[in-house]
Amino acid sequence: MGWRRIWRALAFAVCGALAMPAAKAGPEYPPVLPGTVLRFPADGGAHPDFRTEWWYVTGWITDERGVERGFQVTFFRVRTGIGEDNPSRFAPRQLVLAHAAIADPAAGRLLHAERSERALDPLAGAAAGETRVWIRDWQLAWTQDHYRSRVDAGSFAFDLRFDPSGPPVLNGDNGFSQKAADPKHASHYYSRPQLAVSGSLRVDGATVPVTGRAWLDHEWSSELLPEGARGWDWIGINLHDGGSLMAFRMRDERGGALWSAGTLRPAGGETRALSSGQVAFAPQRRWRSPRTGAEYAVEWLIDIDGRRLELRPLMDDQELDSRRSTGAVYWEGAVRLFESGREIGRGYLEMTGYAERLRM
Amino acid sequence: MSRVLGRIFVASLARRRLATALSLFAIALGVALGLAVQIIHGAALDEFGRGMRLLSGEADLQVAGSRDGFDDALYGRLAMRDEVADASPVVELEVRLPGHDRSLRIFGIDALRVAHVHPALMPQVAEAPRDGAVLAALQPDALFLSPAAQAELGVSAGDRLDVLAATRIVSLRVAGAVPGAGQGRALAVMDIAAVQQLFGRSDRITRIDLRLKPGVDVAAARNALAAGLPAGVEVLTPRAAEELAAGLSRAYRVNLTMLAAIALVTGGFLVFSTQFLAVARRRQEFAFLRALGLDRGALMRGLLVEGAVIGLAGGLLGIALGHGFAAVAFDIAGGDLGAGYFSGVTPALRFDLPASGTYLLLGVLAGLAGAWLPAREARRMLPARALKSGDEASMFRFRPHPRRAAVCLGSAAVLCLLPPLGGVPVFGYIAVALILVGAVLVLPMLVRGVTRVASRPRRALWRLANARLAAAPGQGVVAGAGVVASVALAVAMAIMVASFRDSVDRWLTTVLPADLYVSASPQGTSGFLDPAALERIAALSGVSRTMPVRFDTLRLDDRHLPVSLIARPLDGGRLLPLVGLSTPPPAGERPAWVSEAMADLFALGAGDRLVLPLGGNPVAFRVAGVWRDYARQQGAVAIELADYRAATGDLVANDVSVFLAEGASFDTVAAAVRDVLGENTVRIASPGEIRARSLAIFDRTFLVTYAMEAVAVLIGLFGVSTSFAVLAIARRKEFGMLRHLGMTRREVGRLITLEGVLTAAAGTALGLVAGTAVAFVLIEVVNRQSFHWSMDPHVPFGGLLAFAGIVIALAGLAARVSGYQAMRGSAVLAVREDW
Repeated sequence: MGWRRIWRALAFAVCGALAMPAAKAGPEYPPVLPGTVLRFPADGGAHPDFRTEWWYVTGWITDERGVERGFQVTFFRVRTGIGEDNPSRFAPRQLVLAHAAIADPAAGRLLHAERSERALDPLAGAAAGETRVWIRDWQLAWTQDHYRSRVDAGSFAFDLRFDPSGPPVLNGDNGFSQKAADPKHASHYYSRPQLAVSGSLRVDGATVPVTGRAWLDHEWSSELLPEGARGWDWIGINLHDGGSLMAFRMRDERGGALWSAGTLRPAGGETRALSSGQVAFAPQRRWRSPRTGAEYAVEWLIDIDGRRLELRPLMDDQELDSRRSTGAVYWEGAVRLFESGREIGRGYLEMTGYAERLRM
Repeated sequence: MSRVLGRIFVASLARRRLATALSLFAIALGVALGLAVQIIHGAALDEFGRGMRLLSGEADLQVAGSRDGFDDALYGRLAMRDEVADASPVVELEVRLPGHDRSLRIFGIDALRVAHVHPALMPQVAEAPRDGAVLAALQPDALFLSPAAQAELGVSAGDRLDVLAATRIVSLRVAGAVPGAGQGRALAVMDIAAVQQLFGRSDRITRIDLRLKPGVDVAAARNALAAGLPAGVEVLTPRAAEELAAGLSRAYRVNLTMLAAIALVTGGFLVFSTQFLAVARRRQEFAFLRALGLDRGALMRGLLVEGAVIGLAGGLLGIALGHGFAAVAFDIAGGDLGAGYFSGVTPALRFDLPASGTYLLLGVLAGLAGAWLPAREARRMLPARALKSGDEASMFRFRPHPRRAAVCLGSAAVLCLLPPLGGVPVFGYIAVALILVGAVLVLPMLVRGVTRVASRPRRALWRLANARLAAAPGQGVVAGAGVVASVALAVAMAIMVASFRDSVDRWLTTVLPADLYVSASPQGTSGFLDPAALERIAALSGVSRTMPVRFDTLRLDDRHLPVSLIARPLDGGRLLPLVGLSTPPPAGERPAWVSEAMADLFALGAGDRLVLPLGGNPVAFRVAGVWRDYARQQGAVAIELADYRAATGDLVANDVSVFLAEGASFDTVAAAVRDVLGENTVRIASPGEIRARSLAIFDRTFLVTYAMEAVAVLIGLFGVSTSFAVLAIARRKEFGMLRHLGMTRREVGRLITLEGVLTAAAGTALGLVAGTAVAFVLIEVVNRQSFHWSMDPHVPFGGLLAFAGIVIALAGLAARVSGYQAMRGSAVLAVREDW
C-alpha cells in the first residue's frame, strides 16, 4: 500500500498549509466519496486533482535455475499545492516518486533504489486515461491487455510484463476504502492480484529470464491518515488456488489497532469486503535491524474472519533504509502465507512506523 | 678562496653601505612586487576556478547561452538523450537587493535533481517541517543562502530578505542554507520554477549541466548534442569554460607582471651602476691583488659573488615583503587588484614555494647580471697598468655603438607590427625593452653632442665640465642611463594614462548624451522595466523623449566568452562613439556596430556579415561600423532597438535614458520617476554622476599600475643619485687637483653640479623622446592587443616639463651633495694618493 512513504510528503504538505497565511492556503483537494463508480482502463490512469496517488507492484519471481526472489516497484504522484498559478514548465505542481527493490536471499538484504522528479514532460509524469507513470527510463504502463514495468538502478534492473488473470478487485465498498472510523479518511482503491509475470531480471551483472506472480495496488486519496495513527501493517497475498487476500490495520501510538479492513476474493467466488472486526494481526517472532535498531515482527498470526493464517518472510532483513535520501525507514518484503502448516499463498507484507522514534 | 672572498669582496659591500642598501632594496622591491602580483593572482585564479568547478559540480558538459538564457524546452530534450545520465537545469541571475549596495547571485535549481549533478548547490532546509524537506525547498518564497551570503547580508534562517523583481520589491523567506557552497562564496538558491515566475523568466533557463553515462566519450557526446541546439546556445566542457574565464584576465595579469619585471630590471641596473663604479674605484686594489697572485677567474668570480649576494639578500627580503604585500592586499581588497576581474573572490594567503623560489632566483640573476659587465671589465684589466693611478679612466671610455642602437630601435619598430601571442602582446613588451636599450646605447653619442654644443661659452667652469664629460663620457653614460630609463618609463606611463583618461572622458560624453538615466539593472543585474513602466516614464511632464536600452549577452561560438548585446535607438550609428565612419548597410539589411574588442576577437570589419542569435534564431546583420568601448573587454555589439524587438518580440528594457524638456529640472523628474516606479527599485543618475563614478572606477583600476610604475621610477632615481655619489668619491683625486689649482670648494661644488645637470639634461631629453616612443607602443600595441581598445594620444606637456625639470634639479642636487662628501678630506691627501 506504500502509505508510509507518501505520509512524509503528506505530513509536510499539511504542515506547509498550516504555516501559510490563509490567503495562500493550499488548493481544494477533492474528497473521496463513497458511491463513486470506478471505470477501466480510465481509472487506471492518474487522478491529478487528488492529493496523493500510487501504483504499487509487488511479487515473487523465479529464474530458470529456480532461485526465488521478491520484487517491488512503486510510483507515487503527489499534488503539492505549490506553484498552481505558475506558468513555468518546472512548476512543482505534481511530483512523481519511484521506489524499486529486489529481495534476494543470496544478498541477505534488499537491493533498492529510488527516484523523484517534478512532473515535467517528457522526463517524468503520471498520465490520465490509462496507467502510464514514468521517471525517465523507469516506467509502469498499461498497453492493451497487460502492464509493463522497466527499472534500471545500476546495481539491479528488471523489465517485467504483467498479465492479469481477471478483472480489477475493488477494495472496500466498490473501491471506496475507509481508513478510519471517520469516513473522510478514505481512498479510492483497487487491486490487480494474480498478475502473471514474465520478463528479465539483472542482478550481480547477470541478466536472467524470470517468471512469477505479482500484485498491483492503485490507490488515490486526498485525506488518508486519521489523527493519532503511527503506522500500519498491510499484506497483499496471491493465493495458490487462484484467489487473493488483502488486509491492513492502522496502528496507534501504543501499537493497538485503530482500524482494520481487508478484501478476500476466493478462487472463482464473489469478492468479500472484510470489516474491522473480521481482520486481526498478532505479531509473533521479532527481528531487530542492525542498521536502525528498529524492531519488526517478521512472523505474524493473522485472523481472517475466523481463519488462522501464519505469515513467514522470505528472509528476515527486508528493511528499507533510505534515511540518507527521503528519510523513510520501513519493512517491506516478500512473505509466504501458511494455513495449518501448508503454504497457501505468497505475497508482500509492509510494516511502517516502527523506526520513527529512532530518526535523528 | 672563500675567506678571501669574504674579506675582499663581500666585505666591500659593507663598506659602501648606502649604495649596497639601495641596490638591495631595489631588487627586493622588484622581487616583492612580482611575487605579490603572482601570489594574489595565483590565489585569486585558484579560488575563481574552484568556484566555477564547485558550481559546475560533477557536470561533464554544460549547455549555456546568453545571460538571459534560452528556451527551457531544450532541457527535456537533452535530459532524455541516450548519452545523458543526469541533467540539471539552472537559471542563474544577479538580483538587486533594495537597501543594499550589493546584488545577490541567485541560482534557480531543481532541488530534486541538483544532488545528482552539483551537490554543492543542494539547499538544506532549516528546521524542516519534520519530513517534508523536499517540499520545503520547492516553496515559491523559500530562499536558501550560502554561509557567506548569510554573514554578509546579516540574515539567517527564518528571517526575510527583500529582493527586486523587475521594479517590484518581493519579500522572500530565508528557509535554510546552502552548506556546500564553500566559505567565501555569497550565493543563494531557490526553486527553478519560483525564480522563473518571480523574475519574469518564464520559459527561460541559462544553463543545463549534464552528467554523461559511464563510457560515453565526452567529445563525441559534445558534438552530437551541439548539433541540435538553437542559435546562440553552445555545449562547453566545464574546463573550457573555466579557461575562457581565466583567459579574460590573462592580459591584465601579464601587464602587472611586466611592471614588476621592470622594477626588477631597474634593480639589476642599479647593481650594475654601483658595481661598475666600485670596480673603477677599486681598480688599483684589484691590480695589487692580481700582482700578489690572485688569478683573473677568481677576481671575476669574486665580483660576481658580490652581485649574487646583493641579489640573494634582496630576493629574500623581497619574498618576505611580497607575502606581506599580498596579505595586505587580501585584507583590503580580497583577490582583486582593482580591475574587477576577481571581485567577490576572497582567497586565503599561503606561502607560495614555487613562485618564491622562482623570484628568489630572478633576484639573484638580476644581481649577477648587474655585476657581469664590471666583473668582465676587471678580468680584462692589465695589473701592471692598472697599478698606476688614473687607469680607471680607461673603463669610462665608452665607445658609441650607433649600429647596435639602430638595430635595437629598428627591431622595436618591426616587433610592433606583429600580432599578440595567445592574447598577450609579447612582442610589444619586447619592443618596449628594445627601445629602452636603444636609448641607453644612443646616450654616449648624445652626451658627446651635448658637450660639443656646450663648449661655446668661455667661462672656465663650463669648459672644465665639458672637458671632463668629453674625456670620460662613460661616467656620464653610467649616471645618465639611469635617468634615461626612469624618465622614459615615467613619461611613457604619463602619456599613456593621460591619453587613456582623456579618451575615456570623451567617450563617456558621447555615450551619455541624455540628461537623466534610469537603470533597473546596474552591474549586470536582472532587473528590468516593462513596457508599461517605460510608457509611464515617457509620459511624465518634463520628459521630452526617452531612449530605452536592452542589454543581454550573446554566445557566438564555443571558443569565446559571450559578447554583450546593446539594443537601443542608435540613429544610424550617430549615437555611438564610432572609430572611423559608419558605412550604412545596403537597403533591407539590418546594421550592427561592433566594438573594437569584438572587431579584433572575431576578425570583423565594416561591411562584414554578422549573424546574431536573437531569441534562439540566427538573425543576419551587416557590420556598419566599429565603435570604441572601454567597458566590455570581451566584446560588444550594438543594434537598433527596433531590430531587436522585431526579432525577439521582447519589449522590456534594462535602462532608459531620459531627455528633459526645456526648463525641466533633474530633481523634479527624478522624483516623478521614483513616484512612478517606487522607492529603491531603480537607480537614477545624472550623466555627471555616472561620469564621476566611471572615472573613479578607471582610477581604481589603474591604481596598482600607477603604484608599481612609481616604484620603478623611484628605483631609477635612486640609481641616479647613487651613481653620482660613487662617481664623486671616485674623483676625489681630481677634486684635490682642482683645489690645488686654486678653485674654492664652492667652485668645485658648482662644477660637479653643472656636470650633473648637463648629464641629467642629456638623459632626460633622451628619456622624454624614448618615453614618447614607449608610450606609443603601449597605446598602439600593448593596450590594443591586451584589451582591444584604442585611444587618442594626449601628451600632458606641462606635467612632463615639470617632471623633467625636477629630475634635472634632483640630479644636480645629488651630484652636489655627493661632491661635498667627497671633498671633506684634505686636498693634499687626495692628491698624494697619486704618487
